[in-house]
Amino acid sequence: MATKVVERKPLNLAERSYLPQIVGGLKITFRNMWKPPVTLEYPEQRPNIPDRYRGVPTLVKDPNGREKCVACQLCEFVCPPRAIRIDPGEIPEDSEHAHVEKAPREFKIDMLRCIYCGLCEEVCPEEAIFLQDTFSVNGLSRAELVFNKKKLYQLGGTLPDSHYKWDKKRDAAEKGGDEH
Amino acid sequence: MDPGQLIIFLLKAVAVVLAVMTLAGYTVLAERKVAGWIQGRTGPNRTALPILGAIPVVGTFLRRLGVFQPLADVGKFLFKEEPFPGHVNKLYYLLAPALAFIPAMTTVTVLPFGQHDGAPLVLANLDIGILFILAVSSLGVYGIILGGWASNSKYPFLGGVRSSAQMISYELALGLSILPVFLWTGGTLNLHAVVQEQTHVWFLFVQPLSALIFLVALFAETNRMPFDMPEAETELVAGYNTEYGAFGFGLFFLAEYTHIIIGSGVFTVLFLGGWNLWLPFPEGIFGAVLSVLVFLAKVLCLVFFFIWVRWTLPRFRYDQIMNLGWRILLPLALANLIFYAIAIAVIDRVL
Ligand code: SF4
Ligand code: SF4
Repeated sequence: MATKVVERKPLNLAERSYLPQIVGGLKITFRNMWKPPVTLEYPEQRPNIPDRYRGVPTLVKDPNGREKCVACQLCEFVCPPRAIRIDPGEIPEDSEHAHVEKAPREFKIDMLRCIYCGLCEEVCPEEAIFLQDTFSVNGLSRAELVFNKKKLYQLGGTLPDSHYKWDKKRDAAEKGGDEH
Repeated sequence: MDPGQLIIFLLKAVAVVLAVMTLAGYTVLAERKVAGWIQGRTGPNRTALPILGAIPVVGTFLRRLGVFQPLADVGKFLFKEEPFPGHVNKLYYLLAPALAFIPAMTTVTVLPFGQHDGAPLVLANLDIGILFILAVSSLGVYGIILGGWASNSKYPFLGGVRSSAQMISYELALGLSILPVFLWTGGTLNLHAVVQEQTHVWFLFVQPLSALIFLVALFAETNRMPFDMPEAETELVAGYNTEYGAFGFGLFFLAEYTHIIIGSGVFTVLFLGGWNLWLPFPEGIFGAVLSVLVFLAKVLCLVFFFIWVRWTLPRFRYDQIMNLGWRILLPLALANLIFYAIAIAVIDRVL
């Protein structure tokens, strides 16, 4: 491949005095002064949170109000800073959400430890934990920033999906015996 | 001097000092606002006074302009806890901010800022005005050196050392560059005489090179970008005032901006014709006010220029500064002086 040697011209007197360049720079900054600011004035104006933003991890329920988490604890194990603590419990036979064996009795995420990596969301087999659009978390004590199950469901809300996986399995079990 | 005169004189002095301090405070605000505008931000826009800020349109406008911000800043500097590092030399550590601030304010006394029926409005109309300004304002560097040295910490120390080297280098060019102006006015060092000499033509147009050298040296003397070696945030944390907080820092800060205002004032007097506007001023108090306003407008334009340059140019390297000062500005100032000395001699002979 042919190479082209670029000739470097020595700077002339005007260039060596810096002055033309300084004037050029001053012109640019002067023009910039009249452009509208790009500042987002935060508390009054809120940023547009894009889809798939990784905000605070939350727990979600399905449209029937069943909690989706089955307390498999995969998220607890994958969480790099070990922010999640799950206390698994059983679902009583007579509950309308029976058939699943487990549900979390308590589910705590320490927001001071969470690094918003999203691994919990990625690893969850039940699509029960999601990082949603809450980006501003604050509190007056450390204890306040360990979110418990109630708070996590409150933040998470309902996931509008139509799998109803465990309802289907329960119906199948009731109708057709043990094929599931 | 009888007591009545003395009181009037004191009142005048206090008024001028207060005006300059207020100007310095608002220069800080201007710096932040202009920086914001140049960088596509809005700058300070949240501080509001209880009653003034609540006026519907005007209050909002003033708040968005950040007009109340300096008040909040001053309050903060005054009432913040004074941190006192354990490893400093206590006496000099406390002395340094005052030493930086006092010379800056002292130079105001000889700067004429207007006229009243032909007589200058000035606190002290010294015959050696410019000498006084050069001598006293360069004392300010002692505050910086002392602050850096008494802090007993490496970054302030480096800032102080750099500052002294830079001041000494540029002081020479500064002094030499204005000599042609005083040759032109016939050897008087009185600033009012210089202004009167410029009734028709500003010296900026008679001696553009002197003005340029003086301006560059002024940037260096006031430690402004692109010569802000003593501070150089990226290299020296905050330079000579790293170990200072609260009131001490406030004094250093105020001194810096006072230097800029005084520097702009001197440049206006020497090269921009002071309060002259090619028109004769009306008689009496109206003319006096008008001349002060014209002078202030010119000074503020220059202050804006200082700020504008700061947010445009990157910082020089230390050796480049020394090179520029000793190998370029100094010979240039000398050549300029010799050229005008000969030119003035020739003109005097011919005319
Ligand atoms: S986002 Fe990451 S750090 Fe936060 S809880 Fe989930 S796995 Fe843990
Ligand atoms: S949130 Fe998902 S991964 Fe975590 S315990 Fe519940 S079901 Fe398992």
